[in-house]
Amino acid sequence: MKRTFKSRSVLLAALVILGSCTLQPAAAQDWFKTGTGLGVSKARVAVPDTAARSTDAQPLAKTFHDVLWSDLDYSGILDLVSPSFYPVQVPSQPSELKAQDWAAAPANSYMVAYGNLTVEGTNLAFAGFLSDVHNPAAPLALQKIYRGAATDADARRLAHQFADDIIGVLSGGQTGVAQTKIGYVSSRSGNKEIWVMDYDGASQQQITHLRSISLTPRWSPDATRIAFTCYEPFRTVTSAQICIYSTVSNRLIAFPRFRGTNSSPAWSPDGSEIAFMSSQNGDPEIYVADSGGAHLRRVTFAAGVSTSPTWNPKTGKQMVFVSDRAGTPVLYLANSDGSNVEKLDLPDMGYVIDPAWSPNGQLIAFSWRRPSGNYDIYVMDIVTRQLVELTKDQGRNERPSWAPDGRHLVFESTRTGTRQIWSMLADGSQPHELTFEGQNESPNWSSK
Amino acid sequence: MQQGSIRKFALVFGLVALALVGGGCKKKVAATPPAPPPAPPAQPTVTLNASPSTVNSGQTVTLSWSSTNATDLDIEPGIGKVAPQGSTPANPTQSTTYTITATGPGGSATATAHVDVNAPPPPPPPPAAAQPSMSDLFDQNVKDAYFDLDKSDLRPDARATLTKDAEFLRSYPQARVSLEGHCDERGSTEYNLGLGQRRADSAKNFLVSLGISADRMTTVSYGKERPVCTEHNESCWQQNRRAHFVLSK
Repeated sequence: MKRTFKSRSVLLAALVILGSCTLQPAAAQDWFKTGTGLGVSKARVAVPDTAARSTDAQPLAKTFHDVLWSDLDYSGILDLVSPSFYPVQVPSQPSELKAQDWAAAPANSYMVAYGNLTVEGTNLAFAGFLSDVHNPAAPLALQKIYRGAATDADARRLAHQFADDIIGVLSGGQTGVAQTKIGYVSSRSGNKEIWVMDYDGASQQQITHLRSISLTPRWSPDATRIAFTCYEPFRTVTSAQICIYSTVSNRLIAFPRFRGTNSSPAWSPDGSEIAFMSSQNGDPEIYVADSGGAHLRRVTFAAGVSTSPTWNPKTGKQMVFVSDRAGTPVLYLANSDGSNVEKLDLPDMGYVIDPAWSPNGQLIAFSWRRPSGNYDIYVMDIVTRQLVELTKDQGRNERPSWAPDGRHLVFESTRTGTRQIWSMLADGSQPHELTFEGQNESPNWSSK
Repeated sequence: MQQGSIRKFALVFGLVALALVGGGCKKKVAATPPAPPPAPPAQPTVTLNASPSTVNSGQTVTLSWSSTNATDLDIEPGIGKVAPQGSTPANPTQSTTYTITATGPGGSATATAHVDVNAPPPPPPPPAAAQPSMSDLFDQNVKDAYFDLDKSDLRPDARATLTKDAEFLRSYPQARVSLEGHCDERGSTEYNLGLGQRRADSAKNFLVSLGISADRMTTVSYGKERPVCTEHNESCWQQNRRAHFVLSK
């Protein structure tokens, strides 16, 4: 298993280096350059227990530390030093830090992340520090006070903020994803509705209450709206339509109805336009409208089904979509005005669906059911067409969606016997199950 | 009400009986012969009462009666000879007027008592109703069209099915239908929404070519969201790859 990941990582690293050389030599914020899978050793970070300044702060300090630990552990850019190697004394502020003890064996830490939590009435404050103990002077790489309410939810929120700041420092400015959300479809209420949860599966919350069928949620780039496929009846006619829900005002935003089946909305990178499938003129084709539904234009013109559009988030000038124009559904690349359509050939037959374009524009994640097996998640370098398989022989794995850091993917999997949402690092390692109740599918990672 | 009219009836009966007896006497007085004949035997009298006077089917009523100057008493229907006075249970299955006839040396008299029986709830109508509803006819005659994997073109069996469906739609021009396109579970949710729409459209276009007005048909794709069969095998998948007819309300 370990070996597979490693070889995968090397492959991915190789194609990533290739990709970044050919496309964007200066893409400094990409996860490929910051550590994961590059074969370079990752920064070793020690995270001693969070100090509680008072007895009543102790439960929140525990929550804070647990969340901080799992955020950093899952960041993909550092290695956490095992607590069994830590010095006995737990620092609560820089004056208490004995840097040499942390830098020396057996801890061998590069950085120490620590701090103290204070509860004053209903207020919570965390003073956080990141010390570079590798340097004999142990300079502070980060020093910040985080404030919130003295609740478990806010202890989690502040820990996510501290984790993202640490990840930002260690990855050269590319912030972490600990404060992002995942939209998804759950049928646990009895109908398929849109739900939202924290990136780590906490705070699962039902968003829509339409009591029909809601599918394919997609966050707007500013993470204030979710476009999805809905079955809203109009007079006596029910059909699939595009619905948009504001997570700010907590209500549906108007979007026009069109004839036929309308589904699979996808936001342009600047949020000004929505691409979607519509059968309003017969065949299900891809159309683009502005985010209010006006200025509709048709993008694809081929017999059969064309759907699942995804924009190049870097440029907004290209799309990858699914079409069965040549038989079974496979991926096509085109300019976002519909010109220059090109089939993305793969070295084997089978269904190729669910394209998702990575934030840096270089990789396409998708699901592929090869003739010999079940659906698995793959990543393709769009320039070199090199492939990496991220899941294998564990049920159906579908609908990958990239985290904004480009280091993580969320997807749905049936590997436990029920359909659930999982996330993993983009090299296939560290799979995390995020949902456990009912059936859950179609995850979409918010861009912030 | 019922009780009241029975009392009234008994009262009237009694008065009539008195009048008859009295009248007879008067007449006889008027035609008095010189030597009075022996007194004629007294006329019998009888009363009959049913309690309660309204029952549900299967419940028991008590008939009670009394008589004077009578030797034979007979209650019909269904009871027969009885003693000069007494009571008996009865189980009328429908509304019944019991008549008691009292016969004696002086003649005969009758009395009646009516019992209303509430009818039992009507039995459910036989399954094969004489007049099948539109939705029954629709379900019996309009069948789904089935498709091959990833295909929306019509197989010969689907054309044959749809041709029969068209006959029905021609016979019932008031029927409006929704054509639902469905898929098996193997493709993606998003692709299947498109494929289901193509299946519904294929079926609709074929029916239009057979002369069914497009205005009578709407289409909707449910992709793989509403399977009729949830097992993971080809027999199940085939059942799910269909254009399904629903009668519009």
